Amino acid sequence: MNSGRWLRWVWPTVPIAGALVVTSLLLILFGAAPLEAFQAMYDGAFGDQSKTLSVLAFWVPLLLASTGLLVTFRAGLWNIGIEGQIVMGAIAASWVALSVEAPSAVLISLEIVAAMLAGALWAALSAVLKTRGKVHEIFSGLALNGIAIILTNYLISGPWQPPEGGSFRGTQPFQPAALLSLYENSRFSPLSLLLAVIAFILVVVALRGTFWGLKLKAIGQNLRSAFLLGVSSEREMILAMMFCGALAGLGGGVRTLSWFDSLRQSISGGIGFTALLVVMLSNYNMFLVPPIAFFFSMVLRGSLTLQLRTQLHSSLGGILTELLVLFVLLFGDWNKIGLFRKKEDDG
Amino acid sequence: MQIELRDIRKYFGPVKANDGINLTFKGGQIYGVLGENGAGKSTLMKILSGYQPPDAGELLFDGEPQDFSSPADALEKGIGMLYQDPLDVPAFSVKDNYLLGRDQRLILNYQGAGKELLEMTSRFDFKLDLQTTIDNLSLGERQQLELARLLVGGAQVLILDEPTTGISAEQKEVLFGSMRKLARDEGKTLILVSHKLEEVQELCDHAMVLQRGKLVGEIDIPCENELLVEMMFGQVPERSERPDYDFGEPVLELTHVQIPTYNLTVKDINLSVRAGEVFGFAGLEGSGQRLLLQACTGLQHPDQGKILLDGQDVSGRPYHWMQNAGVGYVAAGRLEEGLIAGISLEDHVELAKPKHTFFINRKELATKTESKIEQFQIVGRPDSNADELSGGNQQRLLFALLRDNLKLILLEHPTRGLDVRSANWIWDQLYLRREDGSAIIFMSSDLDEIFERSDRIAVFSGGVMSRMLETKETSVDEIGHLIGGRA
Repeated sequence: MNSGRWLRWVWPTVPIAGALVVTSLLLILFGAAPLEAFQAMYDGAFGDQSKTLSVLAFWVPLLLASTGLLVTFRAGLWNIGIEGQIVMGAIAASWVALSVEAPSAVLISLEIVAAMLAGALWAALSAVLKTRGKVHEIFSGLALNGIAIILTNYLISGPWQPPEGGSFRGTQPFQPAALLSLYENSRFSPLSLLLAVIAFILVVVALRGTFWGLKLKAIGQNLRSAFLLGVSSEREMILAMMFCGALAGLGGGVRTLSWFDSLRQSISGGIGFTALLVVMLSNYNMFLVPPIAFFFSMVLRGSLTLQLRTQLHSSLGGILTELLVLFVLLFGDWNKIGLFRKKEDDG
Repeated sequence: MQIELRDIRKYFGPVKANDGINLTFKGGQIYGVLGENGAGKSTLMKILSGYQPPDAGELLFDGEPQDFSSPADALEKGIGMLYQDPLDVPAFSVKDNYLLGRDQRLILNYQGAGKELLEMTSRFDFKLDLQTTIDNLSLGERQQLELARLLVGGAQVLILDEPTTGISAEQKEVLFGSMRKLARDEGKTLILVSHKLEEVQELCDHAMVLQRGKLVGEIDIPCENELLVEMMFGQVPERSERPDYDFGEPVLELTHVQIPTYNLTVKDINLSVRAGEVFGFAGLEGSGQRLLLQACTGLQHPDQGKILLDGQDVSGRPYHWMQNAGVGYVAAGRLEEGLIAGISLEDHVELAKPKHTFFINRKELATKTESKIEQFQIVGRPDSNADELSGGNQQRLLFALLRDNLKLILLEHPTRGLDVRSANWIWDQLYLRREDGSAIIFMSSDLDEIFERSDRIAVFSGGVMSRMLETKETSVDEIGHLIGGRA
């Protein structure tokens, strides 16, 4: 029993190790030294203060999105639409930044509220399509992701194009009052980290200690029984999706107001999908989510330096994370591993 | 083939499901494996059929030790198990199901399958429509198909787990006839898992009784019923009496209720049930009883007629509204419709409470759960998950989750799969509920239960409530005749 619990905590490192091994083999195949490459990656993540800060800045929106996904996964929902919810949050924050003039504190508060609202409403669409239209949230999510990205492209090449002429790159930089204040010369906003930490604590408390959290768990495990026990599954599903959407939207707002200074074409850059991997890799263990999200940020940021120092392309970081996906799917779900199944009480 | 089980042990956490069982089964015999709920019968049979491995002990076939990797592996070695719910694919045709997992060729041999099945059905007097799909078959017919599949698959030993639950009397006769034929004429070994003593007496040559994971007795059949009962329970349980009760005002009134569904339309139901009354719905499965029960809970909605609860028109109200209005419902599928696998007893108690606070008060909840566990004699801890409980304890938990002071309690098969003592206990709890003025409506495929427990009985066939009877003025035979005659 004891060794079982110990293994359960260590288990998430197995897919990581597997992905590292396969990546190393790939590197050797291309004539590069794996150790050197990983060293370059590590230096790229922690080589100096600015690099570490950039890992932190990348981590915050990823943590926000992953935290939100803890809620939807608990309710048994596959919120693939999180990518679109991030984008909609960024769009809403940009809209406030471009159209409202106010003191910085008011402006930023408005932007945050708008970003969270937009993400929540975009998620609510998916949820209502599921509960009322019987459309699976994976499919509506994929469609809504596409629409959100198209909307971004339309805005930056149309109504919100910079005065010097439309490009697909992005809008003009926002007024300085609209941007989050940054730590020294980095793209890291301490305020955003504070918000992410608060969000994480809120979610942990909600899922562990509140009746709402229990209802989500019940729905996630058995919709029919939960309904018969008195849980209104429709309401809770919509709420869970909106909660996740709000955090994703906030993540998108943070991206546009600190990582960038304007609305960009690829404002999310796949953070939502990465967040799905983070939560899957955590095996739904809440406290593993922040460190895993941090590890992902480290790999993805570190691979940029890799390209500068060696001739290897920075997509190596991408390959490493994608390989992780495969290994997570292969080994990630503890309960489905035949090796340990016989120990479970299945009688 | 002679099968020996040697010192079989299987533990689930602290529960010793099988605690060192030694048994021998010989060819050409019909064995009855008896025991209370949770005695370890199912666990032992799952081990024998390759569904799960034992923690310790040996399986010997004709002296050769065996080790199964799966039920398919066990079947290859000659052991077939007929589960309570046959393992078939509802949307598939009969022939597809028959061939599933057996015919490994690229193009399936339907002609051969048809011939084999026809031969089987005529040999055992099965009545099986080979052209249809599984969802059109009754439970008894699905059983016959599964039996044919196992026999053609080479089963020398057949394990039947509570095979007579939910099938008609006629199908039972056919089943028993084929079991006798298999044992007497073909020398196969048959193992009947049951808690129905009459069946064991009627069919078996030899009975083995399990209690708390141990073999407590073996006896040749026929024998005195009392001997078997004593082995099973340690003492002879008294039949609980249905106390008389003065009924109150009508709680539920149905007038001209019609419920249309895809398969079956329930037509023109008129019914009035008074506080404290126990009302039994009899009929073959799928005759409309379940639909009508669900209409009274708000899970189905009539398109015609009225449902009055305490004189108030509630037709069309949703389930959660009815729940808050004092209607309690216990469905048949324990882990499908009622309990949630993977969450604890404590969480179930919290979910089922009528009122909630934002934060869960764990301390209060623990106390409340402990008292429920004690009151309902559930073998489990507050942090046990619902799926770790045995079937009987899951049933107890379902009753523990019913709210207090209900106006109307609706039950589907309240004691299905329970032994006499557990069933008695559940009914005693239900009788107590009448003191709160609860009316009780239940459906059951067990005629004795309907007859013993109901004040009045309604017989259903084909969506119509064909007869309503006062229990005092009828008999089990008459009800059986009414059910069978019209079906």
